[in-house]
Parts: sequence; structure tokens; C-alpha cells
Amino acid sequence: MLLVVLEHDRGALGEPAREALTFGRTLAAKMGAEMHALAIGAGAAATEQVAAVSGDHGAARLYTVDHDVLSDFGPEAWGQSLVQVIDALGPGAVLACGSERGNEVMAQAAARLDWPFVANCTDVTPPAGAGREWSLTRIQWGGSLLEDATLAASGTALLTCGLHSVASTPVEPAPAAPPETRAVPVDLGAELARTVVKDRVVLDAGVTLPTAPVVVGGGRGVGSAEGFAPLEELAELLAGRVGCSRAVTNNGWRPHSDQVGQTGTRIAPEIYIASGISGAIQHWVGAMGSKHILAVNIDPEANMVVKADWAVIGDLHQVIPAMNAEIRRRRDRP
Amino acid sequence: MRILCCVKRVPAPGAKINVTADGLAVDAAHLGFTTSPHEECGVEEAVQIAERTGGEVTVLTLGPAEAAEQLRYAASVGARHGVLVSTDGSAWDPQRTARALTAAIRSLEADGGVFDLILFGNESADSGGFQVGVRVCHALGRPIVNGIKGIETEGSGVRARREIDGGFEVYELDLPAALGVKEGINLPRYPTMRGRLASKKLEITTFEIEADAGDQSLVRLHRPTETVSQTVILGAGPDAAPAAVDVLEELGLV
Repeated sequence: MLLVVLEHDRGALGEPAREALTFGRTLAAKMGAEMHALAIGAGAAATEQVAAVSGDHGAARLYTVDHDVLSDFGPEAWGQSLVQVIDALGPGAVLACGSERGNEVMAQAAARLDWPFVANCTDVTPPAGAGREWSLTRIQWGGSLLEDATLAASGTALLTCGLHSVASTPVEPAPAAPPETRAVPVDLGAELARTVVKDRVVLDAGVTLPTAPVVVGGGRGVGSAEGFAPLEELAELLAGRVGCSRAVTNNGWRPHSDQVGQTGTRIAPEIYIASGISGAIQHWVGAMGSKHILAVNIDPEANMVVKADWAVIGDLHQVIPAMNAEIRRRRDRP
Repeated sequence: MRILCCVKRVPAPGAKINVTADGLAVDAAHLGFTTSPHEECGVEEAVQIAERTGGEVTVLTLGPAEAAEQLRYAASVGARHGVLVSTDGSAWDPQRTARALTAAIRSLEADGGVFDLILFGNESADSGGFQVGVRVCHALGRPIVNGIKGIETEGSGVRARREIDGGFEVYELDLPAALGVKEGINLPRYPTMRGRLASKKLEITTFEIEADAGDQSLVRLHRPTETVSQTVILGAGPDAAPAAVDVLEELGLV
């Protein structure tokens, strides 16, 4: 059996859980095994969405775990819960999405078991016959390089799939009924509460960079903090968000939370409008999940221009305001 | 406060990364080396906390003799002690790395007392295993939370902020504790001339540690096959704006 650990926020599943189930479906088929899902704590057992999404994405069964310590996310408590579930169910492999939480929970479980854990896989081949050697391809350098690796798993293989390495899709036709749900009892020490979330600060109720349908990016070519004003305007016209490159945050022109890249945010918008960005690998790996890219750059040879679907060759300080004016003109048309 | 920051020496690539002929490493013949970005911010954070609370920063790395360069850089911005866990420079798997770091930290703590706070980078820029810090902390029996972009010290504990979509999660840990930090937690300072001079005199403690290899083995590195897109050039300068807006309109955004 392949067990998929569902990432959720107090019972609400997002895209990472759907991606892990989609990746897991292919892996389970290669293993000749059923795919089951696991929801750990924080009210996940009670939500219909968790069962419905698990079933719609191919999980044959849903296991839930609840405990007083699991009132909210906590890496140690989630990791220890996973260890006990593995002990109870003996899955052939455990898979989570290689998001920040997914990798952290798997690392916690692996550390406790002293087992190997392979993060951010893009392709996984289970051992043939009675062998125990898994073949994997995984992400290095945020996706600029791939690593072929082997994993000698003594029991359960612990894996994550790279964030956005698959697009999530439900099974077709949709299952007639939600999957059977079973609770797995766990025994957790009170000390595990030491790393559970204590509080939350909500900064931005609107559209955020990781989920924005449109991102207007600016790089070194913008030249200053003030230079972002027309980009802000374009983002507002398109109900999107402004992003930027590492050069921009290193210069202090924008906060780091706006940075798109290996050490910033991975974006996946419908379109990324990349202006004044050369497209160094650090930035590209954060932007490559975009469905379409429109580059605005003075250099027709720039990496970002070469990789874009469309490009305008020119100075962003002229091109972006002209685009803003054109959008307004078309919207004002009777 | 006694603070340890663990860092990794990595190549500093530009627009493309090349792989050596045997596929086992990044071809760094024409590249400089740097401190992995999350850890560069870790050093800065450690130094700021030490400045605020009174204390000393020790910086620790596992790598070849050349990794002393990254220890000296950390010293140039305020770290006081440097520790090198020496390897032949080949890539160590995450379990082996964690075992060696754990042994080194145990030895440092046996001699100098427990570190109140240990900072790791959330993940290294190159191999990105997302686990060494967690494994070390489990072995040491110390709590760790990853993804940290803000640290406040409060009495005998720390308040740490983790960025999530649209806000922050807040964690409160009693010391001794560890945190995996991310770039953006601060803007690292540049070394001063005095710092550079002082870093030349940094005494580096070197450990040779035999650590058992783990169960994950590198076979080869390769570049992903890129889908070569034919870029459609919509035009030059502001005159191309209508064509650009046509694209947005086709996507249903205008």
C-alpha cells in the first residue's frame, strides 16, 4: 500500500495535497498497490472536504489521526504521528508533497525512524521483484538540475514529490462514494506540543503571490523602489500581484515576501509578465511553474526572453505604462 | 547567548549550471563559491541575536578544506569561532552528514556547554535534502521548526515566525532550541575592512569524523530537458503595447 500524507490547514486541503494524490496514483500503479490517504489532526477527521478530495483523486481509503496535541500544525507531533501510523499499517511507501510542511514532516518521521528520506522527487520507480532498491529522479538546485539516485529502503520508502512537479487531476470517472474512513489511534507525549503553532498573524486577506492568477514581475531593470509604480498599476488592473527577483530584494526595493525564486516564492499563475528580469536560474526555478510568460526586456538575448511565450523588446519604463493605458482604453470602450 | 550556525559551501552559478563529465558534481571550474543563501542569513541572524543579548556565535560547516573560506566570511561579519568537519569534498548523503554534524556538536557542547540556539538553513541551495537539521536536532533531543523568517528572543525562549500564504504562523520554543531559517529573515551585512582583517586570524577547529553512509546514493546529475519555446516577439517599445494587451485579452484577463 502507498500512503499519501495530506497537507491541510486546520481541515482545509490545498493544492499540495491534490498534487501528492495525483503523483501517488501513478506511483501506486507502478507498485501494484492501493493508494490510501492520511489526514493528521487539527480537525481534519471532521471535514467532508478531506474525504471527498481524497476519493476524487484516487485514494481507496482515508485514515485519520487525532489527539489533544494535534490541535494545530506541529512538525514534531505530525512526524511522531506518522511514525506510529507507519508502524500500525506497514505501507510500502509514504509520499507527501514537497512543500515546506511536507518535507518537514517527512524529515521528522525519517529522523525518528533513522530511515532514509528522499525529498522532491519527479519520478519514482519501485524495486523490481523482491529487490529493495528504488530508483528515483529528484530536484537539485531548486529544479535547475536533476539527480538520479537510488534508495535502499529496508521497509517503507519515505518520499516527497517536488511542489508543482505534477498538475493535480481528479480521477475519471469520479468515484460513486467517498472512501471508507478509519481512525488510527496514536499515543503522543505532551512534550510534542513544544513545536505546535501557538498563534497566527494574518497580513493579507486578498490575493497572494503563490496563488495569484497574474504576476507582474520586476527585476534589476526596474532600477528603484519607485520604479515599481507602473507594475503595481498593471497588477491592479489584472487583479494580480507584483513579484520581483533576488536582485530587487537584495537592493531593498521590495520586501522579500515579493521575491519569486529558489529562495523565495514558487509561482504558478496563468501568466507571468516578467519585466526587466534577465532570468538567472535562481529566479527561473521560481517562475517556471507559470502557464504562460510574457517578457519585457531591452535585451532580446536575455534568458527570460528566450524562455518566454511572448516578448516585447523595449524599456519596461515605457512599455508597461503603455500597456496600462491600452487596457484602460479598451475597458472604457462602450 | 551561545549560538551555533551551520552553513554549507556551494558553487555560485549564473544563468546555467554545468555538470562534470562523470555526472557526480557541478562543474565548478569556472565558478566562485559562496555560502548557501538561507545560511548566509542564518549567520547574520545569529550575529544580530548575539549583539542584542550578549553572546558569541560559532559557525560550523562540513566540507573540504576550502570551506574554511565560508567560515572566514562568517567571521568577517561577526562570528567568533569556526569549526570545520572535514571531508574529501565528495557529496555526502543527508544521513551521513547529519551523523557527522551531531558528533561534532556533541563534542563542542561537551567542551564548551550547550548551545542555547542552533540555526540551520531551511535547505541547502544545491542538493536540497530538506532534512539534515531535523535529523541532527532529533539526535540531540532538541526542538526544531523550519521555514523561519523572524526570530525574537524573550527571556529563556524564542518566538519564531514562519511565513505562510497571507501571513505568519508563530511558534514559541524554550531554549535550548533550533530553527531552520530562510532568506528574507534579514538583509545580511557586508563585511567591514576591520572584519575582514579579523577573519584572517580566525582559529578554525577541525574535526575528522567517521560517519556511516546512509541509504540514499547519487547516481548522476543532469540538466532537465527544456521544452524549447518559440518566443513570439510582439514588437519593440511602447508601440507593442496593443499586441501585448491582445495576449492578455485572449487569456480572458482584460
